[in-house]
Amino acid sequence: MFKRYLNSLLLLTGALVLSVSSAAPDGDRLYHQNCVACHGEGGGGGVGVPLNLPDFLAVASDDYLRATIRNGRPGRVMPAFPRMGDAEVDAIIAYLRGFSKEAPPVYDKAALKGDAERGASLFAGHCSVCHGEQGQGGAGTGVTFSRPRGAPVMAPALNNLGFQTSVSDAMLKATLLRGRHGTPMPSITDLGLAESDADDLVAYLRTLRDEAREEEMEPPVIQFESSYDLETTLENLKQSVIGHNFRVIREQLLEEGLAESGKEDRRAVMLYFCDFGFLNKALAIDPRVGLFLPCRVTLLETDHGVQVMSINPKNLSRLFNNRELDKACQKMHDLYAEIMEEATF
Amino acid sequence: MRKLLFAALLLIPVVAAAQDLYMARTQLAFPEAMAVLQQTIKDRGYTVSRVQRVDIGLTASGFTTDKYRVVFFGKLDEVRELTRQYPELIPYLPLKIAIFAEDEETLLLASSFEHLRPFYSSPALRSRLDSWEQGIRLILEDMRKAQ
Repeated sequence: MFKRYLNSLLLLTGALVLSVSSAAPDGDRLYHQNCVACHGEGGGGGVGVPLNLPDFLAVASDDYLRATIRNGRPGRVMPAFPRMGDAEVDAIIAYLRGFSKEAPPVYDKAALKGDAERGASLFAGHCSVCHGEQGQGGAGTGVTFSRPRGAPVMAPALNNLGFQTSVSDAMLKATLLRGRHGTPMPSITDLGLAESDADDLVAYLRTLRDEAREEEMEPPVIQFESSYDLETTLENLKQSVIGHNFRVIREQLLEEGLAESGKEDRRAVMLYFCDFGFLNKALAIDPRVGLFLPCRVTLLETDHGVQVMSINPKNLSRLFNNRELDKACQKMHDLYAEIMEEATF
Repeated sequence: MRKLLFAALLLIPVVAAAQDLYMARTQLAFPEAMAVLQQTIKDRGYTVSRVQRVDIGLTASGFTTDKYRVVFFGKLDEVRELTRQYPELIPYLPLKIAIFAEDEETLLLASSFEHLRPFYSSPALRSRLDSWEQGIRLILEDMRKAQ
């Protein structure tokens, strides 16, 4: 009886998996599942770059889009989708193509021959003001805090390994010659440069490489054991927070709002505090980081003493895939540790 | 046989789970999205414990900013259970979803627990984290579909 039941269940599961895998992937559904949160409805952009600009779709080959989805942009918000099936990736690309009537370009994969040294000079004179001296791209992301709502895109990081792996020389050249209407990116011909200059620029762009990211596995929490009782530790913590130029926002029991009023466990206390200047800068780098702000330290009284704990910003920075955040997370880690050490020692 | 069955049943959720951040966009304007989010959290069986304004302090300090909240929620018995068994994970409680305006639409964001998993191998804890992630995904899916 049990065997028959198992067989039926296995058959049912198999049928489900087969039906899922044999149906043609729905690009609209996949786009709305995986892309719309950042790239916006209709590809209008937001936290992510706009995907519906006619000049972008006119020069972006399917190979480029495919590799971009696969590789992402390490350290520049766009995640990689290495486990997405080929048919699903192609379905998303087909959906993106619906934003434009132009046929997708197909490029020769051969490397262009140009003078990288001359290209470096052209880049410094014409491109670095937006793309950065090392091609690291513009700062910030998203229209909420980082830039005016009318500005559709920050200058992309040309030195990013994901970009370098995805783009062909021919596509780079096509972009340089065409420019991108609706963004600050002009055609180089509008800057008085010639087609041969594009070859030199491409040769230089191919020399750009961003720094490799060290993937350290940081523990998820910073934790100290206090030498004092709960009340004294909390008072010490407030003094230390103020001493580090933060403003105490609120003191709250962990169970407040969850347990019936007056029946909360009073041994778990959260202290919220903030440096609004720092908060503003962090949100401008990446509006998503507000998920872990304002700052909070939690105190827990147990039979063995008082534990003082916080999230570890260095552990969390990898969640955002945004290298610009790493320095801020390092700074926050050091401040949390200093504050908690001062309050507990 | 049982192992095979177990693996087959786990196949789809495992593939869908490995994600660091969950994000959703709703075409609802911010005030409507806030109201729908809180109701959705309740409908999914959680209690909203607090709504933290991220923008008010910024505005009061003279910064130009926008509508931004963090909504905290949870289930008391689960919070108590984790506090007892893994007190060092309290900084990740209660659960939370950040919500902020982007033009006329609204973005929602939550963290998965992928970053905790390398440090904890207990099946019971992993099951609890799975359950929370599933809850968050369902809430965000409801928000995506909200009109």
